Amino acid sequence: MILDAKHTLQQKLFREFAETEFTKELQEKLDLEGEFDWDIFHKMAKYGFTGIKIPKEYGGSGSDYLTYCLMIEELARVDCVLSVYANTSNSLGGGPLVIAGSEEQKAKYLPPIAKGEKIMVFALTEPGAGSDAGGTTTTAVQDGDDFILNGRKTFISGAPVADWCLVFAKTDPTAKGSRGISMFIVDMKLPGVSCGAHENKMGINGYPTSDVILEDVRVSKDCLVGPLHKGFSIAMKTLDGGRLGMAAQAVGVAQACLDESIKYAKERKQFGKPIADFQGISFMITDMATEIAAARELVYNAANLKDANMDATTACSMAKYFAAEVANRCAYKAVQIHGGYGYIKEYKVERLYRDARITSIYEGTSQIQQVVISGNLLKK
Amino acid sequence: MKILVTVKQVPDTSGKVAVNPDGTLNRASMQTIINPDDMNAIEAALTLKDELGCKVVAVTMGPFAAETMLRELMAMGVDESVLISGREFGGSDTYATSQIVAAGLDTYGIDEDDIILCGRQAIDGDTAQVGPQIAEKLHLPQVTYASEIKKEGNTLFIKRELEDGYMTVKVQTPCVITCVKELNTPRYMTVLGTEECYDKPMIVYDYPALQNHALIEPDTIGLKGSPTNIFKSFTPPQKGVGQMLEGDGKATTDKLAGILAAKHII
Repeated sequence: MILDAKHTLQQKLFREFAETEFTKELQEKLDLEGEFDWDIFHKMAKYGFTGIKIPKEYGGSGSDYLTYCLMIEELARVDCVLSVYANTSNSLGGGPLVIAGSEEQKAKYLPPIAKGEKIMVFALTEPGAGSDAGGTTTTAVQDGDDFILNGRKTFISGAPVADWCLVFAKTDPTAKGSRGISMFIVDMKLPGVSCGAHENKMGINGYPTSDVILEDVRVSKDCLVGPLHKGFSIAMKTLDGGRLGMAAQAVGVAQACLDESIKYAKERKQFGKPIADFQGISFMITDMATEIAAARELVYNAANLKDANMDATTACSMAKYFAAEVANRCAYKAVQIHGGYGYIKEYKVERLYRDARITSIYEGTSQIQQVVISGNLLKK
Repeated sequence: MKILVTVKQVPDTSGKVAVNPDGTLNRASMQTIINPDDMNAIEAALTLKDELGCKVVAVTMGPFAAETMLRELMAMGVDESVLISGREFGGSDTYATSQIVAAGLDTYGIDEDDIILCGRQAIDGDTAQVGPQIAEKLHLPQVTYASEIKKEGNTLFIKRELEDGYMTVKVQTPCVITCVKELNTPRYMTVLGTEECYDKPMIVYDYPALQNHALIEPDTIGLKGSPTNIFKSFTPPQKGVGQMLEGDGKATTDKLAGILAAKHII
């Protein structure tokens, strides 16, 4: 797809920012220490990255999905975890409020989220409810004008640094599966809210992940987002856009694998010539480039469908499924091209290999994307 | 009060430099960037805008493709831009360029409290002449090589960076200042800026719009009218850049060994 002038300009902004600000030292520090870096987060917020999908009237730029995808792709191309920094507020954090929040909720929560002053995270997954979100056991029981929440959410990205958390809880215990689930805004400072230990992850280190534990947490009914018992459909709508962002992230990671491989294949000499001269290497690079080009087209096409307000569920799942698998294949090839050096932490492909692995797992595994795609094809 | 900033789209000298048979640059076949020193002038203007709330206008002379650069500057925070573009202006040297740009600035309007900022020089010609020539043609005071700008009322205090030291100069507006890269670090565009920059005004001055201006001498504009003719353009061979390592003995040697290992030298 040929980008128009505006999107080309935006791509330039994201690329320049990432290439300049995401220094090697910062990338290594995040990967090694795993701590959230507030300085780079605030800098990204200052230039509007955290408010890209939030409407202008609530402090964002109200940009389209193509702009959002270009941002995530370009940031992930330099450092996958830093694309997550810019993603949360535009996707799982701010997204549900944009979709289903009341006017009061939007006015109260979206401006500080857009400006990076506050962080909202999304808590759907539970120890026993991963791909099957219908298995939610966290409960919210109405008590006068309040709800009392109890339960445990797991693998909550950003929970340790969050100000607010969107919690999905069963409000109708008689309803089966994904029915009877509601969504609540929970202030992380409320009595009864705590975070579990930081997960020691394989990759995307630098964006802490932990459980969120809710013990008799009392929230006002003003914190209910969308209609009572209808939280799951809001979650699914949010995940549609979220999948697209993660698909763009996978393209960025895959592109980084290709960039590193081309650079290395030209430098590294064996048998008296650069290894790029050997077909075994050059054909791997060909496969990577071809698959990345195809994945990128799927992502941009899905973004265009969403921007045109057309049904994009299948397209988003296809983009996520294909791009994530491509990222994994490219990471494998990138390490293979680097040989022994690819197995050493000093080389970027070692981290890319670990970062790529998450893309086919979070925001819907590749197998869940297959379920969504096949379901949409076969129900017609 | 407003700040007028002259800017130029220049070939990216990190790529291949292409030259026309007449010695001028073949801009169409080259990647272009915004002249780096001009970016420092833009940042200085935007910093003053942040402090004082004034209007910032970017002014350039070039082909219509220069709109891309102007939109980028407007995405950084520039309020309005002026594109001086006409076949008659093509191939102008610094003498010709400065009279055309000066005429453009004067046509747009220069008030008592206005400032004109220019980059020190452009990386394609390296002359550093256009800024001072604009000042001469507009009969305005000029301060070159500014590495610090402070404004108090209609008085500016400029720290000039010279080869052997600094000089602080006091100057009244309206005036022309040329900026060096030490002045600041240019900001990025903002996302909101990229969304709004296409709605900001871009005025185009073609030849008919400027030909009757007192500063325009029809015989001394464009390639034919330029007193300077380019004899030859070429990219000078690059000298290898060394890398200095600092630190105590053990750490430095370890680092050196790491770099050499990464390059497969050891």
